[in-house]
Amino acid sequence: MKNFGYTRHTDRQIDFDATDKRLYQFVFDLEPSINLCIFCGTCAATCSAGHFTTLSFRRISLLLRRGMNDIVKKEIENCMLCGKCQLVCPKGVNTRNVILQIVKGIEKYEL
Amino acid sequence: MKNIVVIGGGIAGMEASAFLAAKGYSVDLIEKNDTLGGRLANWDRLFPTMRRGSEVTEFLAEGVMQEAVKVHLSADIVRVERHHDTFLLVTTQGNELHCDAILLATGYDLFDARRKEEYGYGIYDNVITSADLEQIFSSGRDILTQKGKKPSRVGFVHCVGSRDEKAGHTYCSKVCCVTGVKQAIEVKQQIPDAEIFNFYMDLRMYGMHFEALYKKAQEDFNVQFVRGRLSEAAENLDGSLALKVEDTLAGRPMKINVDLLVLLVGCTPSEGTRKMASLLGLKLGFNGFFKTTDQHTMTNYSDIPGVFFAGTCIGPNTITNAITDARAAATAIDIYLSGNQLANRKMKPHEEFWLYPSH
Repeated sequence: MKNFGYTRHTDRQIDFDATDKRLYQFVFDLEPSINLCIFCGTCAATCSAGHFTTLSFRRISLLLRRGMNDIVKKEIENCMLCGKCQLVCPKGVNTRNVILQIVKGIEKYEL
Repeated sequence: MKNIVVIGGGIAGMEASAFLAAKGYSVDLIEKNDTLGGRLANWDRLFPTMRRGSEVTEFLAEGVMQEAVKVHLSADIVRVERHHDTFLLVTTQGNELHCDAILLATGYDLFDARRKEEYGYGIYDNVITSADLEQIFSSGRDILTQKGKKPSRVGFVHCVGSRDEKAGHTYCSKVCCVTGVKQAIEVKQQIPDAEIFNFYMDLRMYGMHFEALYKKAQEDFNVQFVRGRLSEAAENLDGSLALKVEDTLAGRPMKINVDLLVLLVGCTPSEGTRKMASLLGLKLGFNGFFKTTDQHTMTNYSDIPGVFFAGTCIGPNTITNAITDARAAATAIDIYLSGNQLANRKMKPHEEFWLYPSH
């Protein structure tokens, strides 16, 4: 068949209505401070693991809300639970507990 | 003739004094420093127009002079007595001032940047505050590093001591965002070769013309705005500073060196506010500024009849709004002293601080 150079792109929009919000809701119920995040990135700036991996608490906080749980699951494996992010957070997010609850939520929903 | 004592000779105290005196009251203005003008005296040029701060001070002083306000400099209040609807105030000089109303215009203090230790103010040579930078502007000195080098890269950190649970100041200081934009332009004007970076969480350009100033900084002065809040600054061997920040929009942590770092410090409740609150038995709000009778309609009123507020003693504010507020306070006092029924209006009580946890 003649190739006219056309390609088909997959839809890359976040289909918000179709996202899986269970994990975020689970974490929010047990650690409501997750929703204090203003995405300033101070956590990610201080994160030692983030220098060498794609770990960013700020990003995890956002991806959770968008139901991108597969990425969250992969990302948190890089966290060493050192707690520096919690020290610098201007909003008082309990970052370590958020990570711990994500782990529990992933187990619960078998994500 | 009825007497009014105004405490604090900054912007609000000066303008309210002039307006009250113009209304025919006898006004004593108490200022703890040896000059009037308050913190405005330390500011060189003003956002958004770049007008000299001194021109505003001169304008306010003209009002104080013209209306024969009795100014007490280097004076403080040591004692307050309340007798029915009058007050007796005793100053450090031993003056006894009898008055029918008190206007508190005790202003704000600057956040002590040393408390954000991770930014190194008072530790590293080339970390200064926005107030320090204003002093350099006012003095006409060149902007130089500690070693006398012209900085080729300058960083501004927004929200230092503001919107920060860890610093104990959860509110927005309102004026630092636009100050950061103004100062970035001024540094660029003085050192056109310098690269300027403003590190921010949000840029709150809420006032008229603030957005225009921001646009000017971007378009005419090529100021770079990086959306990320610094986690720390560390000093390099040559005295420059290594900053750690997440470039949140790129989604990656970023390291960047600057020759000079300017911390945009916020406003905190003043020592004078705490002192007068204790002398008068007035409540402070959750954030430590004076607690007004109502957040919407009674911001000039305290819980004590005859005691009023003006300016930044109730919260961070711009010069424009402090002047407007001073004139409003003068009117409120005039209405109160003339026995007008308007002064007796009350708002239904409501729980003001449901906003804050466990208060």
